[in-house]
Amino acid sequence: MERFPSNPNLPSPQRGNLSNLSRFVQESRPTWPWLGTVFALILLFFVIPDFIASMRPEKQGLIYYQFTQIALLSIAAAGVWLTFYIGRINIGQGALCLVGAYVSAIVQVKLDVSYWLTIPLAGIFCVLVGIVIGWPILRLRGVYFAMITLILTEVAKLVVLNFPIVTNGARGITNIPLPEAVTLFGFTILPEFTADNNRMYFYFLSMFVMVLTFIALFRLVHSRIGRLCKSLQQNEELASSLGVNLVLLRLIPFCISCFMGGVAGALAAGVQHNVGPSIFTVQDSVNYMLYCFMGGLGNLFGPLVGTVILRMGWNYLTAAGDYQLLFYAIALIILMLIIPNGVMSLSPVRIYQRVVGWLGNRRPTLNTVPHNRKS
Amino acid sequence: METILEVNEVSRKFGGLVAVNGVSFTVKKGEILSVIGPNGAGKSTLFKLISSFMPTSSGNVTFRKERISGLAPHIVARKGVVRTFQETTIFRNMTVRETVIVAHHLRSRANLVGYYFGTHLARKDEREFGESADEILAFLNLTAMAHEQASNLPHGHLRALGIAMGLATNPVILLLDEPFAGMNHEETMRAVEMVRSLRDNRGLTVLLVEHDMPAVMKISDRIVVLNFGQKIAEGTPQEIQQNPAVIEAYLGTADESIGI
Ligand SMILES: Nc1ncnc2c1ncn2[C@@H]1O[C@H](COP(=O)(O)OP(=O)(O)OP(=O)(O)O)[C@@H](O)[C@H]1O
Ligand SMILES: [Mg+2]
Repeated sequence: MERFPSNPNLPSPQRGNLSNLSRFVQESRPTWPWLGTVFALILLFFVIPDFIASMRPEKQGLIYYQFTQIALLSIAAAGVWLTFYIGRINIGQGALCLVGAYVSAIVQVKLDVSYWLTIPLAGIFCVLVGIVIGWPILRLRGVYFAMITLILTEVAKLVVLNFPIVTNGARGITNIPLPEAVTLFGFTILPEFTADNNRMYFYFLSMFVMVLTFIALFRLVHSRIGRLCKSLQQNEELASSLGVNLVLLRLIPFCISCFMGGVAGALAAGVQHNVGPSIFTVQDSVNYMLYCFMGGLGNLFGPLVGTVILRMGWNYLTAAGDYQLLFYAIALIILMLIIPNGVMSLSPVRIYQRVVGWLGNRRPTLNTVPHNRKS
Repeated sequence: METILEVNEVSRKFGGLVAVNGVSFTVKKGEILSVIGPNGAGKSTLFKLISSFMPTSSGNVTFRKERISGLAPHIVARKGVVRTFQETTIFRNMTVRETVIVAHHLRSRANLVGYYFGTHLARKDEREFGESADEILAFLNLTAMAHEQASNLPHGHLRALGIAMGLATNPVILLLDEPFAGMNHEETMRAVEMVRSLRDNRGLTVLLVEHDMPAVMKISDRIVVLNFGQKIAEGTPQEIQQNPAVIEAYLGTADESIGI
C-alpha cells in the first residue's frame, strides 16, 4: 500500500475539502477490495439464491438462467473493457466467445474430455487466437482497429460454417453432455449437474467465474501493469519514449481479453447444452461494447454494472413484445445522453454537490477539481 | 573525455523535402550540447532520428560504439538515450506523481508477472519508485503539484514534468526538446542551473534544442547550428556568437529574438 507523505506546504485547495475524501478512498484500497469481495459473495451465493428459492418453482429456472447470462456476458464485457483500457475499441469479442464455445463443445463431444477441463482449454485456445490476430492488428488505433474487429465475428461464423467435419456446420453441436461430478480422494469437489438442478448449478459456476474475473481484473488495474496500460491509452509515443515495449503491452491485455471471451463462450456452451454458428453474433459483440459504455470506461466495474442494467432492462422489456428493440434503443439513447461517461462516472461527491446546489438553490461551491494555480 | 554518441551523415527526407541533410557530430560524456537553428531547420527531426522514433533515410547513429538507428524506440530508451517531447506531451488523466512513477519503468527489476502478484521485489520496486519520484519532484519544484492532474498544470510546470519523466528513466543521455519554452526568465535560469547540476552531480549528458539564446549561451559547452537541415556551424558559445554563417542564417529569417 502506498502512502503519500503528508506535506504541510500543500496549498489550501488540496486540504480540508471533499477531494480529500475521494483520495482517502483511493489510498485505502487494499482493505475495501476484501470487504467488497466478501459482500459480493454473500450477495451472489446466499442472498440471491435465497430470494429465488422463495419464488414459484417453475419460475426459478428461468430466473437462474437470466442471472447466469448476466454473469457470462459481463465476463466477456470485462474483456472488452480491458481493450478499451489500452485505448482500443474492440467490437470482436463475440468471435472469441464463439471460438470458446466451439472449442468446449468439440473437445467434449469428439475427444470426450470433461467439461471442467474445457473451460480453461477454451480460454487458452482463445489466447493463441488472440496472439495471431492481435499481433498484426493491434498497431492500428481508433476506427481502424474497431472496423477490423467488427469483421471478426462474421469471420468466425464463416469458419464454423465452412468446416463441417469439425464443427458440424450449420447444424451445430447439440449433444453436449451435462458436466459430471468430480471427486478427489473420495470427496466430491464438484457435484453432478442433472436436468433438475443444472440451472442453479450453472448459476453458481458462472457467478464464481465472474467474481474471479473481476478480482483478477482489479488486481491487474491496480498493479503496475494497469498504470502502464493507462499510459498506453493516453499516449503511446510518450510511453515508448519511457522504454515501454508497446507491442508486448498491447498484446498482453488483448490476450487476457480473449481469454475472458473464450471462458465466457465455454460457459455458454455448457449452459445451453448446444452450440450453433449464431449463438454469438455481431450484435453480441456490439452489446459488449455498449455494456462498457453504459457502465463507464473509467471504472473496471463498469462492464458489470452496464451488463446488469442493460440485460435486466432487456429482459423486462420482453413485455413490450414486438416493440422490445425499439424501447430498448430509445432507453439506451436517453441514458447515453444523460450519463455519457457511464453509470460509474457518477461520483457520490458530485451528486452531493448537485443536491446541495439544488437544495440551496445556488451554484455548488465545493470544488472537486483543485484550483488551477497560475504562477 | 570519451565520445559517447556519434551522429554519422544522418539524413531524413519527407517526400521532396530534406529535413535533415547529412548531419554529423559527436557528443562527449558529461557534455551539454545544444542544437540551435531557425524554425523548421530540422532540429526536432534530428532528435527523433537519434532516439530512433523515426528511421533515418541514410546515415546512422551510434551510442557507445553500438549502432542504435533502426532499433525500436523503447530499446534505445533502455540503452539510456531518452528524449522528451517538444509539444506538451503528457498522460492527461494521471496525476503528476503517478506520471513520474510510471516513468520509472526502465528501472524495474521485477517482471510483469511479479508486479501482478506483488512479489517482494515488485513491492520493493514500487516503494523505491515512489521515493525516487518524490525526490525528482522536489528537485524540480513540483512537490506542491504532486497530486494534481497533469492536464491541469500551467505550461512552465508541464515542461518541468517532461524533464521529470526523462530523469525518472535514469538516462545516460537526455535529449530535451525546447525544455525552457513557456518559462519566464527567472524560471528559465533556475532550470538552467538545474540541468547543469544534473550534469555535475549525476554525470548526465544532455543534448538540447532551444530557442532561448541567453539560456543556450549560458548552459552549453558546445553548440551545433542547423539551417535547412544542414549543419552550418559547430563550436563553443563564443565561437558561435561570432560565426558569420550563423548570424547570416538568423538574420535571413528576420528573427529578432535571438539576441546574438
Ligand atoms: N512527419 C513529417 N512529415 C513531413 N514533414 C515533416 C515531418 N516532420 C517534420 N517535417 C518537416 O521537416 C522540417 C523540419 O521540421 P522540424 O520539426 O525538425 O523543425 P524544428 O527545427 O524542430 O523547428 P521548430 O524550431 O519550429 O521546432 C519542417 O519543414 C517540417 O515541416
Ligand atoms: Mg522542433
